[in-house]
Amino acid sequence: MEAESYRSHSEEETFRLGTAFAERLRTQDVVMFFGDLGAGKTEFIKGISHYFNVEEIVSSPTFTVMNQYTGETPENDEITIYHVDLYRIKSEEELDEIGFRDCMYSEDTIKLVEWSENAGNLIPDIRWTVHISFDADNENERLIVINHIGEETPQYPSLEATV
Amino acid sequence: MTILAIESSCDETAAAVVKNGVVLSNIVSSQTEHSAFGGVIPEIASRAHLRMISTVVDQALSKSQCTLTDIDAIAVTTSPGLAGALLVGANFAKGLAMRLQIPLVPINHIEGHLYSGFLVSEQIEFPFVSLVVSGGHTSLFYVTSFHEYSILGSTRDDAAGEAFDKTSKMLGLGYPGGPIMDKLAKDGHPDRFIFPRGMMQKDSLQFSYSGLKTAVRVFLQNNYPEGNFHDNIHNICASVQEAIVEPLVKKSFNAVKRMKVNTLVVAGGVSANSRLRSELLRFAQKKSVKLYIPDIQYCIDNAAMIGFLAEKKIIEQKTPDHYMSYNITVNSSALRSPKK
Repeated sequence: MEAESYRSHSEEETFRLGTAFAERLRTQDVVMFFGDLGAGKTEFIKGISHYFNVEEIVSSPTFTVMNQYTGETPENDEITIYHVDLYRIKSEEELDEIGFRDCMYSEDTIKLVEWSENAGNLIPDIRWTVHISFDADNENERLIVINHIGEETPQYPSLEATV
Repeated sequence: MTILAIESSCDETAAAVVKNGVVLSNIVSSQTEHSAFGGVIPEIASRAHLRMISTVVDQALSKSQCTLTDIDAIAVTTSPGLAGALLVGANFAKGLAMRLQIPLVPINHIEGHLYSGFLVSEQIEFPFVSLVVSGGHTSLFYVTSFHEYSILGSTRDDAAGEAFDKTSKMLGLGYPGGPIMDKLAKDGHPDRFIFPRGMMQKDSLQFSYSGLKTAVRVFLQNNYPEGNFHDNIHNICASVQEAIVEPLVKKSFNAVKRMKVNTLVVAGGVSANSRLRSELLRFAQKKSVKLYIPDIQYCIDNAAMIGFLAEKKIIEQKTPDHYMSYNITVNSSALRSPKK
């Protein structure tokens, strides 16, 4: 598929884009997030978790590195969501020690990875990527670019219709 | 009863010996002076815990002037934290307990923090409100006994310590951000700049710090496009610190009022922050609330609090063999509050 670009004008809009995007996710999917501090990665992920009816507060995993949530699919099947944050990771050795490899290869789970810049060689061949960047002219605007890499995927309708 | 406690839930490897509620030794890896490890910045690696754990346990024993034969039970943190890191402590503790044929008590790290006030004062009376504030946690609890408590609120995004670290990074300061900003803020005015406070609706006991990152970024961009903010660093640090501290203080006392208690216990690494301490103290005096903030060695991650709680649990346990199964598992999930 071709990369899709969206503009978000608020935290709420980033959240809603996350919820709309989540409809495309299937178990086994990996979503790798890129974007600077305060861009809205966690907000987008909160939106995804909302789609999957996660009942707990989805908070930043920067300190804990990996949080695990239980959600449910629209078909009411239970699903495990890993929310990973590689902000504090300094080497690939550490990735193995925190169990990132096990997480990435776990079955029947969805993996949402912040600070994917630090994922080293453990970036899967097939993945979603979400890049969130600041708008230089407007402090409240974010450019969100969504892409699917590694295999042919169906062309999805724009998220704007659902947001 | 003499308890050997082990804690390895995150960056620190820690061990302590606690006897009848009194801390005999309390060793934390980053503070040990062992020549091979001295001054090493902790890394996020179970390997680091593996390297440290024997040394730290040995030091805790020798400092307490105990030997393994004096130990009546082993306590260990089994949740929440990094799974790999937790496993190092849990397996070490399990091996030791099996060899000595003594009870093995699994302890939740946050619960350890909740009762850490008792390490400095036995006078604390239930029920009380507890604020646990650190790099990974920012939560308010209503605590009614050594085994009963409920979550009143927690952060919906970043923890307070994380807010310090991340804004510190934006300001080009080092890690960890809290102590650095605390120091710089001492020569600044907390009301020189106004940064947003999250979730300040009067009835909310939830926290939010993610908006602060954006606010600081926009502030720097608008006021110092050339990046020359260093002349004003004291005022900026004091103002950012105030935006982090004020919600902690206000919500803690709102919780005290709502729960109709008159005791507030504060724990976690961020409680070392001098502005947080002085503001808590000021409010406590104004509102006649009893305030307990443990010494810094018991605020940061430590094993003494784990040993203290384990002793309480053993005493409360009516079946003597309860902790003899050695059947413990680690769990990385944090204590989080439900959305509503």
